Parts: sequence; C-alpha cells; structure tokens
Amino acid sequence: MPATAIYPEPVLRRVEVTAPRANEDAEARPAEIKIATEHVSIQYGEKVAVRDVSLAVEARSIMALIGPSGSGKSTFLRCFNRMNDLIPGASVQGQVCLDDENVMDPDVSVVELRRRVGMVFQRPNPFPMSIFENVAYGPRRRGMNDRRKLDELVETSLKRAALWDEVKDDLRRKSGLALSGGQQQRLCIARVLATDPEVILMDEPASALDPVSTLRIEELMRELREAYTIVIVTHNMQQAARVSDVTAFFTMAEDRAGYLVEVGPTGRIFTRPNERLTEDYISGRFG
Amino acid sequence: MTANAGSIGRSSGAKPSLNGKASRGSILADRAATVVLWGTGALVLLILGSIILHFAMAAWGVVSLSFILDNPSQTTLGGIMPVLWNSIYMLALTMLIAVPVGLLGGIYMAEYAGDNVVTGAIRFAEESISSVPSIVVGLFGLILFVDDFHWGFTALAGALALTFFNLPLMTRLSEQALRAVPQDERSASLALGATKWQTIRHVVVPLAIPGLITGVILTAGRVFGEAAVLLFTAGIGTPPHYNFANLDITNPASPWSPFRPATTLSVYIYKLNSEGLGAFKNQIVDGSAAILISMVLIFNLGARFVGRVLTRRLTAA
Repeated sequence: MPATAIYPEPVLRRVEVTAPRANEDAEARPAEIKIATEHVSIQYGEKVAVRDVSLAVEARSIMALIGPSGSGKSTFLRCFNRMNDLIPGASVQGQVCLDDENVMDPDVSVVELRRRVGMVFQRPNPFPMSIFENVAYGPRRRGMNDRRKLDELVETSLKRAALWDEVKDDLRRKSGLALSGGQQQRLCIARVLATDPEVILMDEPASALDPVSTLRIEELMRELREAYTIVIVTHNMQQAARVSDVTAFFTMAEDRAGYLVEVGPTGRIFTRPNERLTEDYISGRFG
Repeated sequence: MTANAGSIGRSSGAKPSLNGKASRGSILADRAATVVLWGTGALVLLILGSIILHFAMAAWGVVSLSFILDNPSQTTLGGIMPVLWNSIYMLALTMLIAVPVGLLGGIYMAEYAGDNVVTGAIRFAEESISSVPSIVVGLFGLILFVDDFHWGFTALAGALALTFFNLPLMTRLSEQALRAVPQDERSASLALGATKWQTIRHVVVPLAIPGLITGVILTAGRVFGEAAVLLFTAGIGTPPHYNFANLDITNPASPWSPFRPATTLSVYIYKLNSEGLGAFKNQIVDGSAAILISMVLIFNLGARFVGRVLTRRLTAA
C-alpha cells in the first residue's frame, strides 16, 4: 500500500473496521458479513479518489455512506459491483469480498456479480420501454422467456417495490418514462429486484425526488432490509439517520482523496461520534 | 435587516439605465444575426421549393400512371418503368450490403474501438473516401468488378461500387447515432447483469434508431441520385422489356438478377439529356426528374415511419 505509507493520517483516523452491529449492546452473536472490503483504494489515473477503506456490511442491514461531496462515497460504492470497470483509467486496489469471494478477482464474472449486487442510480433511469419490459429486462437477458414465469416475476417485483397498484392496469402499454420521478425510481428498484439480487446498492436514490416520494423510498428500504443487504450513499443526513442501521462517514484528505473516518451503529454515530471530524460534519460545522 | 426587501445589492451610486448606449451595438448585432440566419433558412427552403416547383410544372401532363408503368417507346412518350425498377432494385441491393456493414462498423467505432492509431486511420479513410469524386469511385468499380472480375456491367458491380462510396458515411452516421445514446442507459443495463453485447443489442441500438434512420436516408438519397458511379459499373442504355415472371436470379435476363446491366433513373436522365434523340426526349427527362424527386421524398417519409415502428417494436417487445 504505497498510498497509505505516504499519507498515514487516514489510517490512523479509521476506527471500527470490523462489522458494527445494529444494536451496540447486543450480545456478541456471530454476525453474517455480506460484504467486506480490505484496504480498498481507488484511483482515476494518477488521482487517488478513495484511500484504504476497510469495512464490513452485515447481511440484511442497511449501511449508509455519508460525507461531503468528493469524499469518494459513490466511487467506493461502485467497486461493490465493479461499475468502476467502465471508467477508463480507473483502478481498484485491495479486496472486496462478497460472502467469501473476492469480486476483484479477474476470474469473477461481472455479469453474475451484477446480478447478485444490484444498483439503483441517483437519477431514475428506466429504459424507454413499457413498465413490464423494464422489469423483465434483467430476467430476459438471462434467458427467461416463459411468459407465465415472467408475468409472475414482474408482478412480485413490482409489488415488492410498492408500485404494483399504481401501474398494474397498463403494464404493457405505458412507458416507464411516463411515470412520475418517484414512481420511476421504484420501477428501477423493481427492475433490480427482478434479477433476484442479494445486495442492493443505492447511489443517492432520492436526491432527485420530492419529499413525499423520498419518504416512500425510505419506507421501501426498511421493508427490503428484511431480505436484502442494502448500502446507500446519501447526502441527506436525516435520511441516513432514518433508514440506516450502520453509518460510515467519509471525508477528504488534504490531497482530496476520500477516506473513511469512522463507521458505527447509526444511533451512536449521530449522538456520540468518536471522531471530531464526524461530529463537525453531523452538526453542520462543515461539509 | 431589510436588505432583501427592496433594491438588490446597490443602495448608492449610479443607477444602471435600462436604455444605456452600451447595449445599442449588441442589439443591432442581435437583429442583424436574426435577419441573416432567417434569410439563410429561407434561402434553403426557396431552393428546394423552386426545384420541386420547376419539375412539377415541367412534368405536368407528362407524368401519369402509364408513364410510370409502361416500357420506353421509340415513337410515343412511353414510360420509364424499367429504369424506375432498376433504381428501386439498386437501392435495395446497395442498402442490403451497406446498411448492415455500416451499422456494424459504427457499433465497432462507437462501442469497442479505443482512441488509437487504427481508429485514427479508419476516421481518416472515412473522410477521404467521402470526398473522393464519385466518378473516380466509378472508375475503380469499372476496373475491379467489370474488368478484373469479368462481371461486365452488372447491378451487383454498381451496388458494390455504391457501397464503397456510401459505407464511410453510413459508418460515421451510425457511430454518431450510437454515441448520442446517453451513458446512463448503458450503465443501467450493465448494472442489471446484461453483457456488453446484450446492452448494445437491446438498449443502445433501439435508442439510436432515429439517428440510424437519418444515416439510411442520406445514404439512400445518394444511391437514388448517383449517376457517375453507376455509369461505369451498372451500365448505361435503354433497358429491355423485363419479364417479371422470370424469377431465376442467376439468369441475366431476369429483372430480379443482380448479374445484369441496370440503368437507373438518374443515369437514364443523363443519357437522354446528353445523347437522346427522340421527339419526346425533353418531356421524358422532365417527367423522370419529377419521379426521381418524388421517390426521394417518399423514401424519406417512409424511412421515418419505419423508424418509428421499429423503435416501438424494439423497445417494447
């Protein structure tokens, strides 16, 4: 890790690198870790965007990544499903483990990885196709053509995404783009659910939505938490406080590389953070 | 603190005037630009309008159903059916070759190729071939297909020469149409576990169809209108009476065969106008020109319609 050798500060500030539990006082039960990163650094060409982040996400929990713009949260999130592969010049060092497999391994099939680790983007981006085809897109690409199975899958996915009742009457006629922003984002969530993922990454999923739609997405996340592991990047601290079990706070070092300041149960991070930087950010003194 | 109740910012000093002298120059420039740009647009419309009007008037009384459907005649006005057929045939044959190859080339350039020496060379070739005079491309077709390959003057030689001529344009326009598809759409598809090819096939190409159709229209227009390339490759002459019942495409006597000379409408106009002798020569030229223009317009409108249908089918089926 040449990067950390040159800039030791971020490493020293990192605390709680092991999986934090939702309830601090809970007895030490073996937590099921879904994703664990080990010394992940991400570079765009020469520029270090994320430096030496190690953290673990417990299965069926919601982890929020918060921090000021440019602190590398989104970039870090994108290494979980290797979306950084698409950016020319981006390179990732370190390990990202999904269950026990290192997803950075060159033998890993990114297609399979992205099916298991779904992603919802900042701007709702349904395809300009019917609602049905949007949800059926993932399954179809994996060769599911049975009409009855698809019908069933589309219905369950839309129900899980709390969109079914609003769209069931014109599934095939209405374009995904004809929905409202909030509905579009729930359609994007349904589209991800249809690929039967284990982890759902959300990159500021509500930042383009109105408050009512935002609350619906948050409710939905709480429900999905029962079955899925969710990692959300958000600028909205209230949102992190409302929905997440664990919060990880990122900020920028002097060379503008993002790093992890601390990670812990959301309740504690927002009331008794260990780090001065976290406290300053949460109380609005910077960022 | 009542600062933001009334005046914004300035509380003292000179008030900015609403009819300051400084703005007069820029207002004049603005008006001049409006007039010039509007005038240029009007000029384009005027040129197109006068061409259409001229030939509509010249062809009045010449163009009729029998002019379109009859064979040419030495003694009467006759018709242009065989050359019209050849134009349509050449269009179909050329598009059959140029569109898939151009589309695949465009996909390569937009989605796979990096920015390197090879793509630089491809781009340079695209631009160079596009600006080579068509008569030179025709000459090359004559040497290669007609003479070296011993095909003689054939529709296939013409279609291949036209493909040489059109492929760079088709490739470039396909590339541009594909590049114009937002990156978000690709990310969305890839993040759902689709492969790169699935993403191109099911998201990028369907979304690029309007742009691809523009490429097809521009290419087709050049096929319809091109005379120089075809003079040397597909042949020039008054076509024989075709027997459409002869479906044997290997038989050069069949109008369906690519191995036969095929004088197109634009070549026919050139021939009649430069060396025609018949009494009805001028009427036939005017009528043919009017038909040619109509064909281009019909094709353009038709292609846009097909594009809309295709977009709907590909994105919702």
